[in-house]
Amino acid sequence: MGLNSMFDIKEDVLIVRLSGELDHHEAEALRNKWKDLIYTNSVKHVILNLEFVTFMDSSGLGVILGRYKEVLQLGGEMVVCSISPPIKRLFEMSGLFKIVRLEENEEFALESLGVAS
Amino acid sequence: MFVEFSSVSENEAFARVTVGAFITQLDPTMDELTEIKTVVSEAVTNSIIHGYNNEAHHKISINCVIYDGEIELTIKDNGIGIGDIDEALQPLYTSKPELERSGMGFTIIENFMDSVEVISTPGKGTTVFMTKQLMKSKTVSK
Repeated sequence: MGLNSMFDIKEDVLIVRLSGELDHHEAEALRNKWKDLIYTNSVKHVILNLEFVTFMDSSGLGVILGRYKEVLQLGGEMVVCSISPPIKRLFEMSGLFKIVRLEENEEFALESLGVAS
Repeated sequence: MFVEFSSVSENEAFARVTVGAFITQLDPTMDELTEIKTVVSEAVTNSIIHGYNNEAHHKISINCVIYDGEIELTIKDNGIGIGDIDEALQPLYTSKPELERSGMGFTIIENFMDSVEVISTPGKGTTVFMTKQLMKSKTVSK
């Protein structure tokens, strides 16, 4: 199954679209790619689209927390969208919604960050 | 059902899919299936990262028994063990913050299972024994 990641930049927003399974095995490669893109582009905010993620565990939470800290350093915000019920439960359990904002879909997320889609 | 496999991260997906396939005979809900797969993933990841310090030449075993509609799941390694189990079970605690771990593994396991028992001897290894009664099986058996 594995994990596929697609990145897109709109103004100062990095959009991360994931599909597949995000576990410890996939976490490191994703971290490296994601981190690179945050620092090699002049982005401030991150939108994480989890619509096509079929499985995620605490290793995924770790990667998201790590990127959240980087975005915070840049004075930006992290917005998660299109999240499935099981992943939503993981976020709730770990208190991630206290620091990461949830939007219904990518369009709303972009709008909330002041980017016209 | 008993499986034993090498302590490499590629086997995390193998482990959760295998246990998931085994319990389909209980006709679990999608939520229950996801919960069991997540729990397997968490425990196996713990064994790989913490028990075996990411060394690939060790073995992890999973024993899964269905007893009266209840799943009994045992995940075992022969790794370094856990010195302070209470500390390890704390939400957000991680012994390896440099690896960007969330520290939520055991918390997720405890949330998704009915009972969790961690037996660990430093230098000898860790066994996580868990049970979960599935909703549908409960109705059928009563």
